Amino acid sequence: MTNSAAWSWNLLDDVRGMLSYPFMVNAFRGGTIVAVVAGVVGWFMVLRKQTFAGHTLSVAAFPGAAAATLLGISATIGYFGFCLGAALVIAVASRPTRARGFSAESAVVGTVQALVLASGYLFASLYSGLLNGLNNQLFGFTFGITNDQVVTLGLAAIAVLATMAIVGRPLFFASIDSDVAAARGVGVRVVGVVFLLLLGAAAAEATQITGALLVFALLVMPAAIAQRLTARPIASIALAVAIGVTATWAGLTGAYYTSYPSGFCITSVAFAGFVLASAAKRSGGAKA
Amino acid sequence: MTTDTAVRLRNAAVKVGDRLLWHDVNVDVAAGQFVAILGPNGVGKSTLVKAVLGLIPLAAGEAFVLGEPAGTLNHQVGYLPQRRSFDSTLRVRGIDIVRLGLDGDRFGLPLPWGAKNREAGRRVREVIERVDATSYSMRPVGEVSGGEQQRLLIAQALVRRPRLLILDEPLDSLDLPNQGAISALIRRVCVDEGVTVLMVAHDVNPILPYLDQVIYLAGGGAVCGTPTEVITSPTLTALYNTPIEVLHTSDGQLVVVGQPEAPSHHGDRHASQARR
Repeated sequence: MTNSAAWSWNLLDDVRGMLSYPFMVNAFRGGTIVAVVAGVVGWFMVLRKQTFAGHTLSVAAFPGAAAATLLGISATIGYFGFCLGAALVIAVASRPTRARGFSAESAVVGTVQALVLASGYLFASLYSGLLNGLNNQLFGFTFGITNDQVVTLGLAAIAVLATMAIVGRPLFFASIDSDVAAARGVGVRVVGVVFLLLLGAAAAEATQITGALLVFALLVMPAAIAQRLTARPIASIALAVAIGVTATWAGLTGAYYTSYPSGFCITSVAFAGFVLASAAKRSGGAKA
Repeated sequence: MTTDTAVRLRNAAVKVGDRLLWHDVNVDVAAGQFVAILGPNGVGKSTLVKAVLGLIPLAAGEAFVLGEPAGTLNHQVGYLPQRRSFDSTLRVRGIDIVRLGLDGDRFGLPLPWGAKNREAGRRVREVIERVDATSYSMRPVGEVSGGEQQRLLIAQALVRRPRLLILDEPLDSLDLPNQGAISALIRRVCVDEGVTVLMVAHDVNPILPYLDQVIYLAGGGAVCGTPTEVITSPTLTALYNTPIEVLHTSDGQLVVVGQPEAPSHHGDRHASQARR
């Protein structure tokens, strides 16, 4: 995919060389936007232990893209349509449980995931020329992002982050302590549904950078690392965003200079961060 | 109706599904009192609390809280639901948990500068000091002990200076010294801050020295009065409609014998929540 540029250890030249290609500029733009959104939304997802729902919503991007290809419409419509649709299905079908944890939800989520994967497989087999695209849908196609896609990613990101700014505090309350939050008048169910939609949007975005199967590199890992490192909510969210952006930049650079797939590079950098954070926490003890 | 009555139920009844859980319950809790809701498992103690909060509707009768229909003045009520402790992996500080009690229900982001935020921070630290939780309030709440979590949660319920504090089995899953310490703390809060306390309890003994009144739920009805009036063989026999004996141990503890349910173990319902 990438040209085999040589790494020179002259960082300025390396970056300049890399960014002389418009496709790399777009990869960095799109990757950064997605890393910010996924960092914030993923932080709440990890807090709420809804990673399974997040996984399913990102898998929904696969039939979304396949259906869009089949119908000859924009892949973006497919991504957002299927991810948000799956989020709505999960939200409507799973009743809130009295117990903490989301046990009733997980059965619904699993059901949705099976259906979504099956339809993706169907769409892919209906459209025989899709095989090459299939790889991109599952594992990302960072270096093919167009200017239009960057604009769409940006607009969706603004919408997600603005909504998050509005509902963030009650969502935090409901995630930690839903009974008390409900008694204080927080619409626990409503913020839960809003969050699933935000998660769907974030998954639809992240899929376009990492592919449907590697979304967790941006959605889970930065948040998991940040929550290991600090117990201050605001600092933790900021740290998750910083880690996500760093992993994306380092991963894209690595992919450019090694010609390994970008999804693999981003995921590897994030995973290295996760291992380091876990080790640091274990050796340094738990600090606030 | 005077507002000197913090909680008033008149001929109240609650249905769960088709089953009448309790009925014709009359309760008067005077402002500033420390009142326990007692009774065997599954009799509807937590349901009574939820009715007082207006979270579930009454099948019959009326409920007034602080002089208004139940549920209308919930911002003046501090509520600590039956607990389950926090997940040990929850990486959020105790001080953040308390802060949620102050403004966690508001939309939008708090501005980190400004007098309002400073005042909020001051109030949070003050109430944490009040429950002697300052030394561990900056640690992740999942990593402090069950008794420490309970103090932080009481602080959370108190942070908005409620007129009524409702605690659902706050002593559950605590060891005996912690049960005593938390009971004394609740009494102190009740007296010093003039807060009415309504507390669901499984075992009356840790709180017996501090109580003004008890509401004893059993057999689908309730009896109210001082502990010495209510927790007696004749009263409970009438309430359960089966012979009950109340024994007094030499150290002043009460033992209720002959309840028509098997002796209850806390571990039955909350085994997964037992903490150090």
